[in-house]
Amino acid sequence: MTTQDGPAWAHAMYDALRAQGVTQIAYVPDAGHRVMIDRSLADPEVHSIPLTTEEEGVALLAGADLGGARGVLLMQSSGVGNCINMLSLTNGARFPLLTIVSMRGDFGEGNPWQFPMGRATQTVLEAMGVIVLRAEAPEDVLPTIQAASTMAFQSGEAVAVLLSQRLLGAKKF
Amino acid sequence: MAQLKRIPGTNQPAATLDRRDAVPALIERPHDWLVVAGLAGTAQELCAMTDDGPNVFGLGGAMGAGPMMALGLALSQPNRKVLGITGDGELLMNVGALAAIALQCPPNLKLVCVDNGHYGETGNQDSHTGLGVALDRVAAGFGIPTVHTINTMADIEEGKRILAAPGLAFILLRVKDGPALKKPRSLRPHVVRDRFRAALLGEK
Repeated sequence: MTTQDGPAWAHAMYDALRAQGVTQIAYVPDAGHRVMIDRSLADPEVHSIPLTTEEEGVALLAGADLGGARGVLLMQSSGVGNCINMLSLTNGARFPLLTIVSMRGDFGEGNPWQFPMGRATQTVLEAMGVIVLRAEAPEDVLPTIQAASTMAFQSGEAVAVLLSQRLLGAKKF
Repeated sequence: MAQLKRIPGTNQPAATLDRRDAVPALIERPHDWLVVAGLAGTAQELCAMTDDGPNVFGLGGAMGAGPMMALGLALSQPNRKVLGITGDGELLMNVGALAAIALQCPPNLKLVCVDNGHYGETGNQDSHTGLGVALDRVAAGFGIPTVHTINTMADIEEGKRILAAPGLAFILLRVKDGPALKKPRSLRPHVVRDRFRAALLGEK
């Protein structure tokens, strides 16, 4: 692929995060994050870090902050459940956190397995002290990412941006 | 009391080292490192060895965080030596972290697992490593390029050489059951984070 394949909002999101100084991009592979992952792999100034489980990324970004670097964690909503206790590190030590969550189990979902975690995603994040913002339409994405990165990197908050299936398109079954 | 059986076919020499001797012998100059230390024994001993120094982030919870925090720190500080030191229980909890670390392969990162074969903080139950799981073979299987096992004080010299050389490495330090070095340390994680960043980055 060329680096311009995929939706424009996804490229705008990558460019905005790089402009904010993000140099560590950690992820569990996911179709909804394809542009971000591919751009990070092609970017010599970024560490592109595949994880085996999402909670590793929460810990990784805490370590990045100790060293003065900024990172972002990409995951699917099912992975939010894997992060719960690890978020006690973020919360207790007041590490900044920026995570971008591609939703499953919401708008138009055709796989019943995805609903339990999809419906719990926002509640679980908020229960662990993470501020949740949502993007439902292409024009929402850039301002939401810019707001979230300011809240995380300038104010030191933990922030999740949920990318709705209305935005991403529901996977066909 | 009933006990778990060893995994059939596994065989390791009995651990004989006292961690209170072996850890300081291996890590002679703890102030030279940026350290992430896992709960609980390794956090206690690295904080004790540095008088709760600002170069040590010692965990008191979030079990499983240590190795990946060390990776994030190593990638962000490529010109500093980073030590991720943890126990067998914490490493097993997120053992896939070794795959993520091997893939990044930062040359400034060393991992040390102080393996006492027990869950020391929870009632001292046998851990999987005490029953046959070999974390050195696990680390090698994940692709960590240099792996060294310490069973005796004589094995520590090679461990020190590896710690001094560039390149990602994993050292399994096998110790007998028993207490870690311990002095008072801050258990307030936001204080530990802020002082670490202040010392390293000059952040006010």
